[in-house]
Amino acid sequence: MGVILSVSADAGRRRIEQLLQDNEEDVLRRWQEIAGSSSAGNVDRAALRGQLHELLQALRRSLGEEGGSSDLHGLLAELSRSRARQGFTPSETAVVVFGLKEAVYESVETDGSPEALRGFIWFSRLIDDLGLFTIENYAAAREKVIVDQAEQLLELSTPVVKLWEGIVAVPLVGTLDSARTQVVMEKLLQTLVDTGSEHAVIDITGVPAVDTQVAQHLLKTVVAARLMGAECVISGIRPQIAHTIVTLGIEFGDIVTKASLADALAHALRRSGVEFASRKTRVAVRTEEG
Amino acid sequence: MDRVPILKLGDILIVSIQIDLQDQGVLALQEDLADKVVATGARGVIIDITAVEIVDSFIGRMLATIAAISRMLDAETVVVGMRPAVAITLVELGLSLGGVRTALNLEKGVALLNHLEGAQIATAAR
Repeated sequence: MGVILSVSADAGRRRIEQLLQDNEEDVLRRWQEIAGSSSAGNVDRAALRGQLHELLQALRRSLGEEGGSSDLHGLLAELSRSRARQGFTPSETAVVVFGLKEAVYESVETDGSPEALRGFIWFSRLIDDLGLFTIENYAAAREKVIVDQAEQLLELSTPVVKLWEGIVAVPLVGTLDSARTQVVMEKLLQTLVDTGSEHAVIDITGVPAVDTQVAQHLLKTVVAARLMGAECVISGIRPQIAHTIVTLGIEFGDIVTKASLADALAHALRRSGVEFASRKTRVAVRTEEG
Repeated sequence: MDRVPILKLGDILIVSIQIDLQDQGVLALQEDLADKVVATGARGVIIDITAVEIVDSFIGRMLATIAAISRMLDAETVVVGMRPAVAITLVELGLSLGGVRTALNLEKGVALLNHLEGAQIATAAR
């Protein structure tokens, strides 16, 4: 025991570097076996070998010169990013890094010298750090995927449709939060300008719940549309939602609300001067001039 | 100092704001407009803010003041061409421009004024 402790850290470190250099082929082969077996089947053997080879080279370079580990970190970050996108689990990603520890341990065992054992403890700590770095990158990459998806969802979920000449509608589906309201508001107002529409229908049939905050967002949208010279009708208010709104004491003021999109469309048509005339079973629609 | 020109079209006065207005400019515009409404006997005033990109509470108050002055002189004010970003900013500032009529563009603003005038004449005739 005393013998091992008396070995200086530097000597151990040099010994490990030496071992890595001498047994490079063996270590790489063993590492590849461990890394390959952890992520069963769904990995390209040749690509993995290339990746590990590059990593090992970078690791040896970073050991050689003090503080020259940016190469290695870059490679590890790239590895965790690609693995996160391909849907590997965190442990499958981590095992790739930790596998090197086991692979090197075999060489250390064969060598058996106190320097090598002492050095292995230092090496193990180094690999742990790299493993943590990998996991952090993996988590960051996953996070980014989620953010991207949320953005895509925002774009997908806010269509503005034209119902009639001068009447547009926004069918809202899903929960309304500040960010989404902002997107909806901007898109609706821009459409009003682009199409010169004077009437807008905001349909909330697909909104699961309305609380004070959602109501506040809706009111803001309506007021902004008014400022631009367009009238908004809110439609698709289900019985439970009407009940909630009244219970919460939300005042919609002079904003027109309708139960269904059809009612809202009829209201907007009447306001824009379109007349309906029922003729037996056929429905004729005539637009008034002026 | 730049003065905002006031154009006359029939019995409507049109003010198109194309520059960044400072306090002095606004005061001058309010005075000019009041004079012009009295001189021409205009029934409507249209303020076109299509070119206004940045808005603050000051501009909001300016619009409300002009509308109030015009109404005192029996002329309806319509603000036209407000950009979406400007509308959103005003809402966020808590200004809803109560008492100011709005229209999407100049054409619709003129139509609105004509419609209002027609309704007034109809009421008077009854």
